[in-house]
Amino acid sequence: MDFELSEKAIDFRSQVKKFIENNLTSEIISNMHKTGTFNDKSFNEALASEGLLAGAVPGYGDRDPVELYLLFNELEKAGAPYDGLAVTMLVAGIINAVGTEFHHEEILNKLLTGKHNCCLGYSEPDYGSDVASITTKAEKVGDKWIINGQKMWTTMAHESDWVLLLTRTNSEVPKHKGMTMFLVPMATPGIEIQPVPTMASERTNATFYDNVEVEDQWRLGEVDDGWSVMGIALALERGVMGGTNPAVPLLKHVLNWAETTPDKNKGLMINNTLMRERIARTAIINQVGQLLTLRAAWIAATGGMPGVEGSMAKIYASEEYQKVVGWFQQMAGAEGLLSFGAEDAAASGWIDYDARHAPVTTIYGGTSEINRNNIAERFLGLPRSR
Amino acid sequence: MSADQEAIKDVFSSFFLEQTGPESARNSMPLGFDVKAWKRISETGAPGMGVSPPAGGGASLSDLVIVAEEAGSQIAPLPIVDHVVASRVLEKLDLLEEEVLTGTLVAGLVVRPVENGVAKSVPTGAIANRLIALNGDKLLLITDEPPNKSLPNHGDLPIAHREIKNTNVVAEGKEAAEIFDRALNEWKTLISAFLVGITRSSIEMAVNYVKDRHQFGKPIGSFQSVQHGLADLPGLCDGARLLVNKAAWSGDKEISGEIKLTDNEISDFATLASMSLIFAGETSLQATDRSLHYHGGYGFSEEYDIQLFYRRARAWSQILNNPSEECLHLADLLLKDSEG
Repeated sequence: MDFELSEKAIDFRSQVKKFIENNLTSEIISNMHKTGTFNDKSFNEALASEGLLAGAVPGYGDRDPVELYLLFNELEKAGAPYDGLAVTMLVAGIINAVGTEFHHEEILNKLLTGKHNCCLGYSEPDYGSDVASITTKAEKVGDKWIINGQKMWTTMAHESDWVLLLTRTNSEVPKHKGMTMFLVPMATPGIEIQPVPTMASERTNATFYDNVEVEDQWRLGEVDDGWSVMGIALALERGVMGGTNPAVPLLKHVLNWAETTPDKNKGLMINNTLMRERIARTAIINQVGQLLTLRAAWIAATGGMPGVEGSMAKIYASEEYQKVVGWFQQMAGAEGLLSFGAEDAAASGWIDYDARHAPVTTIYGGTSEINRNNIAERFLGLPRSR
Repeated sequence: MSADQEAIKDVFSSFFLEQTGPESARNSMPLGFDVKAWKRISETGAPGMGVSPPAGGGASLSDLVIVAEEAGSQIAPLPIVDHVVASRVLEKLDLLEEEVLTGTLVAGLVVRPVENGVAKSVPTGAIANRLIALNGDKLLLITDEPPNKSLPNHGDLPIAHREIKNTNVVAEGKEAAEIFDRALNEWKTLISAFLVGITRSSIEMAVNYVKDRHQFGKPIGSFQSVQHGLADLPGLCDGARLLVNKAAWSGDKEISGEIKLTDNEISDFATLASMSLIFAGETSLQATDRSLHYHGGYGFSEEYDIQLFYRRARAWSQILNNPSEECLHLADLLLKDSEG
């Protein structure tokens, strides 16, 4: 792995940095925390018109995964709203890998304009990590499919034009072999979205599907072969598309706080020994998170599937982020509890926000336990334990 | 890794496997130095590999971390890291002796500043014929006969205190500090690689053991609690190796001062070397700790090898200083404008 980025990648990164500088306003950031929707269509559209979005689709065009990593890493470090974009571009990547001409024209091309979003419909109220047991049913009636069921954690459903929906199409075969993937237009009659507020500012949703009727052209991949589509989705997602440097913006906010906040004993918090030790350790965590992610991107760039390496990056970055958030919230004492807008809130409320957000990071996108299973079985060669 | 580096890895991997390893570590006690293996490795020219090509070497820091990781993976009781670092200093000062190049004389580094005329707990203190030390603003070359007797210690290392008697001042002031800092950063980078080797082997030993050991009628490696304890480790090991490789890359390019902390863009050598030592150290502590634990009571017994790795991980990760102190040094590098 090269530690020096290629000239092309360096150019790309400065283009992204410049874009962020010119387009990411404090209104966009405060609005995302106010609404809980970490997606900004005009920001996405501006990215697209700058020509930066095609590079955000894994496996698409001539952009390599290192540039994909750079785009999301810069957005993450800047605290930009990228959750909706990451999911949307992931779906674009899946369509690019297995979609039909219809999917390319009807969905992928539109996604590349930045004006449209997708959401993921995998988890259900009773099946999360055990996603192969889902029960949302799709039945072939004539030349149409009728879908009934419920999905959980369909974040961005309220912003989306399509949901990538995993359904049960065959109950007679082993569970992995009886699922089919669809791209269902959210405007189809019978779909209902209910917001699910969370302990952090971000909003997610539950979605309900009541006799939702779609034509066969919205099916993605073969009938009963939805599990293969899931496999592609997971391999494209893990590690590369943001989420592995969450403590970088946190550290920036913490440094601002420490440089201006008096220590009880003497001087400023930035001179406090324990604070300095923790800043140093956070800087190491951020470097290691970056290197593990960059490695996954490199493997993908050279034609590999960084499934296990993505799991390693995901576990490391999310668990260390939680540790770091805990350190700094405690360092800030009572003011570390104060939220956005509160007088004297430590780091203007960012510490409270990160402490609220951190718990979800070891859950979404594959729990730490699922990732550990992955490493134990596929890397260490230990027997399957379930 | 380049093709040349693959070749270095292959050669040294077999060398350390065949000539060192846990048996050599046991047999070299109480000195902590396998004289026979050192003679063998000297025959390959390895002690001189760190100096410049005209002087008979040519290995970059990026090459040397490969050698150090392989040495660590077999807990080789050989002063290879200290020796290559010290020989690079001696070459810089135009003091490189043929006997150092060939390994006939062992060279090492006094990693901590000398205090009150004594170099305390020097990692190669018991065996080094040539020692580079920083005493105030003076760089010293210590040429006393080594005691050939180690202070009994946790990691079975050839540790000894050395009094500053027969020494030459070989550099002073800014030059002395610069040479010593560079050497210490190289040492940190290479010891970190040695610790990555310890971590890698500890994981392998644990995985092999839990596949083999049966309880309740099954291999204990089929239990999820055991699997998950082990699954944490490869990412840490790889992360440490990546960080060490990045430090070596930076050291080879002599990158200085490039630190953008809030943007997580860091390529300064001193910073990366310090990060490597802290991270590779902690990673090795965790890996050896879990590995020993999953060996059950046998892991605690002298007969099993994991305890050798466990003790060396602790020794190398804190022989320079307490890791919290190293973090404060790192903080000073990262936060140049606000001294602690």
